[in-house]
Amino acid sequence: MTAETQQQASPANAVVLQILMGVLALGALLATAFSPDPLFRLQGWIFLGAFVIAGAVLTIGIANGQFQNDQTKYEDGVVRAGVIATLFWAAVGMLVGVVIASQLAWPRIFYFPDFGWLNFGRLRPLHTSGVVFAFGGNALLCTSFYVVQRTCRARLAGGLAPWFVFWGYQLFIALAAIGYLAGITEGREYAEPEWIADIWLTVVWVAYLLVFLGTIWKRKEPHIYVANWFYLAMIVTVAMLHIVNNISLPISFLNHKSYSAFAGVQDALTQWWYGHNAVGFFLTAGFLAIMYYFVPKRAERPVYSYRLSIVHFWSLIFIYIWAGPHHLHYTALPQWTQTLGMTFSVMLWMPSWGGMINGLMTLSGAWDKLRTDPVIRMMTVAIAFYGMSTFEGPLMSIRTVNALSHYTDWTIGHVHSGALGWVGFISFGAIYCLVPWLWKKERMYSNTLIEWHFWIATIGILLYIAAMWVSGIMEGLMWREYTPQGFLAYSFVETVAAKHIENVIRVIGGLMYLSGTLIMVVNVWKTIAMPSSVRQVESSGPAAALSAQA
Amino acid sequence: MSERDSKGPTDPKDVGTTGHEWDGIRELDNPLPRWWLYVFYACIVFAIGYWIAMPSWPTPFGYTKGLLHKSDRADVVADLAELHKIRGTEGLLLKSASLQQIEADPKLQAYALAVGQSVFGDNCATCHGSGGIGGKGYANLRDDVWLWGGTLEDIQHTIQVGIRSDNPLARSSIMPSFGKDQILPAAQIDDLTEYVVALSGRKADQAAVQRAAPIFQANCIVCHGPAGMGDQIKGAPNLTDKEWLYGPNREDIRGQIWNGRGGVMPTWEKRLDPETIKALAVYVHANAAGK
Repeated sequence: MTAETQQQASPANAVVLQILMGVLALGALLATAFSPDPLFRLQGWIFLGAFVIAGAVLTIGIANGQFQNDQTKYEDGVVRAGVIATLFWAAVGMLVGVVIASQLAWPRIFYFPDFGWLNFGRLRPLHTSGVVFAFGGNALLCTSFYVVQRTCRARLAGGLAPWFVFWGYQLFIALAAIGYLAGITEGREYAEPEWIADIWLTVVWVAYLLVFLGTIWKRKEPHIYVANWFYLAMIVTVAMLHIVNNISLPISFLNHKSYSAFAGVQDALTQWWYGHNAVGFFLTAGFLAIMYYFVPKRAERPVYSYRLSIVHFWSLIFIYIWAGPHHLHYTALPQWTQTLGMTFSVMLWMPSWGGMINGLMTLSGAWDKLRTDPVIRMMTVAIAFYGMSTFEGPLMSIRTVNALSHYTDWTIGHVHSGALGWVGFISFGAIYCLVPWLWKKERMYSNTLIEWHFWIATIGILLYIAAMWVSGIMEGLMWREYTPQGFLAYSFVETVAAKHIENVIRVIGGLMYLSGTLIMVVNVWKTIAMPSSVRQVESSGPAAALSAQA
Repeated sequence: MSERDSKGPTDPKDVGTTGHEWDGIRELDNPLPRWWLYVFYACIVFAIGYWIAMPSWPTPFGYTKGLLHKSDRADVVADLAELHKIRGTEGLLLKSASLQQIEADPKLQAYALAVGQSVFGDNCATCHGSGGIGGKGYANLRDDVWLWGGTLEDIQHTIQVGIRSDNPLARSSIMPSFGKDQILPAAQIDDLTEYVVALSGRKADQAAVQRAAPIFQANCIVCHGPAGMGDQIKGAPNLTDKEWLYGPNREDIRGQIWNGRGGVMPTWEKRLDPETIKALAVYVHANAAGK
């Protein structure tokens, strides 16, 4: 930065944001002061703390003339922050997963009657939201901010807005996580946060959409790259799902509790329409976007088929949104609705696999890199797990299969082959690419540590999902076992006791996966601490990209 | 659609790219893989076939019923009819027979025990343990010691109304918290503990037992009786035997006098039908050591 730009005043949007933080802090203070509800006041204090800190940081920055918005450079600071947040939440979310897996395996040892907030019921949503929304969400946030700039050759739109999105999202995570431990929940799976956190997320998410759209709007490329279609589909659909599923009426505007606008089976269907498409658009479309940028980039190979990417994108988008009812087979949901949910899930098989084919075939001509580059190998295994779980999903949606698999550990295994194998590995692969790029290093600190991460985590996933297949099918068969007179042969507690060994294997698998993540954290830490390579510094920013092409 | 072989070479020189480039990423102009497309079509054909056969699309007048006329509701009705057939006369008899009649008829009793075992595992074992062996605070149902009576009728009534539950007829008496509510001073509770230990035939501090005798008479005999033999009408346990709901040690006994804990058993008549409760009573009665 030259001396001239340092003397400039901060841009107007920083001042607007500063004023907004002041107003919000005042609002949070008043609401906290007047609320009779201790849980609402807890949320109020979190809001108040966040707004006061944000206001203070903005005030100091503006006083020093910071927050300049240099259009010739990419906004990479927010991406760096996102990478760190992704790793932090990965470690937290997976650690909580290991804790609750231990509670299931050894309920007497990991039961803390004096600390209610450590109960399985409180920790379980902390684990699921921690991995899906905190780890996965930050991975999507930081990679999308990186990818959209590079593939549009434009700095992120909105000045400080990307930073508002980033910190606003962390505030949402803090509200949700602390709320779960305190007992604040809507009781809707993967949508547990209460109304005030939901409203805050809506604000943040709309800002995210505007930043993303604004960046695409001012792009210097004639076409929009396929990764950006997937990111955009994710952002738009998640906004719709989140808003509709969370329509609810608070007890009062000074109380944390609210009740859904829907009732009975309509409520259940709305919830699973949301729940399934959280998988479809957040965990599938969003991470396919990561694949579409980082796999060809790392392999230095062109994307296999443009046509396949168009066809599988639109078929995926169109079909996925119908598949939710397969979560409610053999319930009060009308049978015709179950039929539609099942058949659309079956039709979803090939649209999902289109992404797998495009990812794997992009590597053809570069297969030798699987031997030498553990990052390529990690992303390849991610795509393989993606293919496996998107085959398993339609299979499990078939009613007769679901009659066995539903409510069993098989579902847990399915989710984890998607979460650990696909979402985890493709994100780790992207981060291993991003860290040297963002911090201007020649390479990662240690290739050997990446190898260790890869093998420990891969074996961990295999242990985990194999144990869940065995215990899931076993308990499913035990539940449906009748005596000749038509009485249940096993009581529920007997089926729980029967899967103790599998529960122990699950803890070991999870622990291995967590260890891999911690190895990665060390590796990233060491990489950031390495001296920068000068060559990388010079080729960054829209202007540089332009001159390189000219 | 291109006629090129989908397995063909993927070298940009052979297949060509779309001509776009983003940050160094290009896209090949490969056609859709044939097998992919055909499997996709096959899935769509399967879905359409399934819609024709099964209940599927909503209409203004309900929904399309499907050519096979399948219905989950009809399946459940048929399954239940089949179940009643399997269970035969015993299934029907259980409704009308008295508890004694059930126990007297070996076939009917065997049937009731089958019902009882299945129902016990999912409803009662949570507290009473699998097989009913109980635990601290939860009564052992396998011995011959009963808090609220061990006849068939007593057991049936306990299951129906529960203990200290929200049922108005629930068995409801409760032991006072002599220490916590400061009914008795701590020293007297220590003495009473010795007294109770002595009642159950164990060695105790004789001086304390002597001091406690009048306190026991004044406070405990109303429910536990002058000799500490208990009273099943009030759910007051016999203090002279070796069975202890909250544990046999001095600390356990002292804790019980201090706190007067009284556990809660839910009322089951809203959840289980009368014949199931009958079968459960027969099951519990048959598994107890004495009668």
